[in-house]
Amino acid sequence: METLIAGSNVKVNEEGYLLDFSQWNRGVGEEIATKEGITMTPRHWEVIEWIQEQVKADKALSIRGIKKSGVLDIKEFYALFPGGPLKISTKIAGVPKPKSCI
Amino acid sequence: MKNLVILGAGTAGTMMANHLRPKLKSSDWNITIIDQYKTHYYQPGFLFLPFDIYTEEQVKKPGKKFVPKGVNYVQKRIEQIFPGENKVQLEDESLQYDLLIIATGSKIAPEEVEGMKGENWHKNVFDFYTYEGALALRNKLRDWKGGHMVVHLTEMPIKCPVAPLEFAFLADSYFHKKGMRDKVKLTYVTPLSGAFTKEKSSSALGYLLKEKNINLEIDFAIESVDNDNNKIIDYGGREVPYDLLVTIPTNMGDDVIERSGMGDDLNFVPTDHHTLQSKEYENVFVIGDATNVPASKAGSVAHFEAETLTDNILLYIEGKPLKAEFDGHANCFIETGKNKALLIDFNYKQEPVEGTFPIPGLGPLKLLKESVFNHWGKLAFRWIYWNMLLKGIPIPLVSRNMSTKGKKL
Repeated sequence: METLIAGSNVKVNEEGYLLDFSQWNRGVGEEIATKEGITMTPRHWEVIEWIQEQVKADKALSIRGIKKSGVLDIKEFYALFPGGPLKISTKIAGVPKPKSCI
Repeated sequence: MKNLVILGAGTAGTMMANHLRPKLKSSDWNITIIDQYKTHYYQPGFLFLPFDIYTEEQVKKPGKKFVPKGVNYVQKRIEQIFPGENKVQLEDESLQYDLLIIATGSKIAPEEVEGMKGENWHKNVFDFYTYEGALALRNKLRDWKGGHMVVHLTEMPIKCPVAPLEFAFLADSYFHKKGMRDKVKLTYVTPLSGAFTKEKSSSALGYLLKEKNINLEIDFAIESVDNDNNKIIDYGGREVPYDLLVTIPTNMGDDVIERSGMGDDLNFVPTDHHTLQSKEYENVFVIGDATNVPASKAGSVAHFEAETLTDNILLYIEGKPLKAEFDGHANCFIETGKNKALLIDFNYKQEPVEGTFPIPGLGPLKLLKESVFNHWGKLAFRWIYWNMLLKGIPIPLVSRNMSTKGKKL
């Protein structure tokens, strides 16, 4: 379905994840973050950019990948995106959340 | 004389040997397959071993039986691949190759999580992804008096991503049958955002956990196993206590990939999603669980890949462009307990949906729906595996690329 985020029409799935990364921009990310109760800081954006690079390079996202990233440790990841850091950060980053086959 | 070397005689490597030997002239090509282990395991059977549904003998056979005549079967440890020199170093000799197929699979790496492979490993902390683990768990379950069984998935990607759920469903059935379901609390713990993460599967199958009285803990990113207090702890500080932990540890590619500097973080080899050629070396091809392609790590995927890869190896030898046709096709039975099963058929782009398979409109198998017939299909598959799949014989009516016919899209 289409929805209006930060002034642009973007395609999202039922859970609000972007279906087309080319429709993403920082404004869109910011508004999704606000809905998740997160105020973005430069540190948040660094992590979001790293996640986008991983996805672009076909790398599977996991908590363990965060640990090995050298970008941040897992405690900080939880502090930045409390609750389910991977599912929240991927939503803000405009990429699919980690999934299984069913 | 040219040399084609296959690393690994598991499902994918064995299929490639069977596909290629008749197609490559013996006077032009030597084919060598290397695997240090003598036994070929029917890995889908590891799901049934713990519940005494299969016996040891039903899940293992000598690997030699499945390697075709005219292929050298070398039972030695692979020390290192030197892709720059077209060379493979074995424990006591080295082999030159013109073409290399990497089929070294994936394996569990419980040492990746603190405490997992600790003092209670195979005592009250079990895996069932190895023959040894599945057997140890069977022996434990035979006299287990009940308590809290936690079925836990460490992180994706894993081999056969539906196996942990199937395990939980079969456990429910098993304890019912033994008349002790009321003495067992069952909990499913996943790092993902649900037991089902795809829209169609969630809506079609969401009822299963409730129906079977299985508790669910989601978004659980395990940090450690606390062996003193029998609980798993996540990075957010959440704790889940257990009496019996059945875990799927981190899955990784073989150590030889790491020693050879050819893998990603998890030792999976970067591979073209559609041609199955290595991204770095043009005379190296990768198949099955060893690749990093975003398809399921499953025998059916290796089977479909093998058909495309066989064509591509012949094209490569003739100096022609490769077919970029592999679509991530997977076809998997999912046991739901009480002698029922589901079937799913999907690819990189298409999530599992309802429908009929393999004959559109007729079936007889039903997609994404429980049926007794699907369960028979799963049991019959063991025979198909040993007698058709490994030998590279096509499965009637099932094509390498996923068909949308008969599917409710």
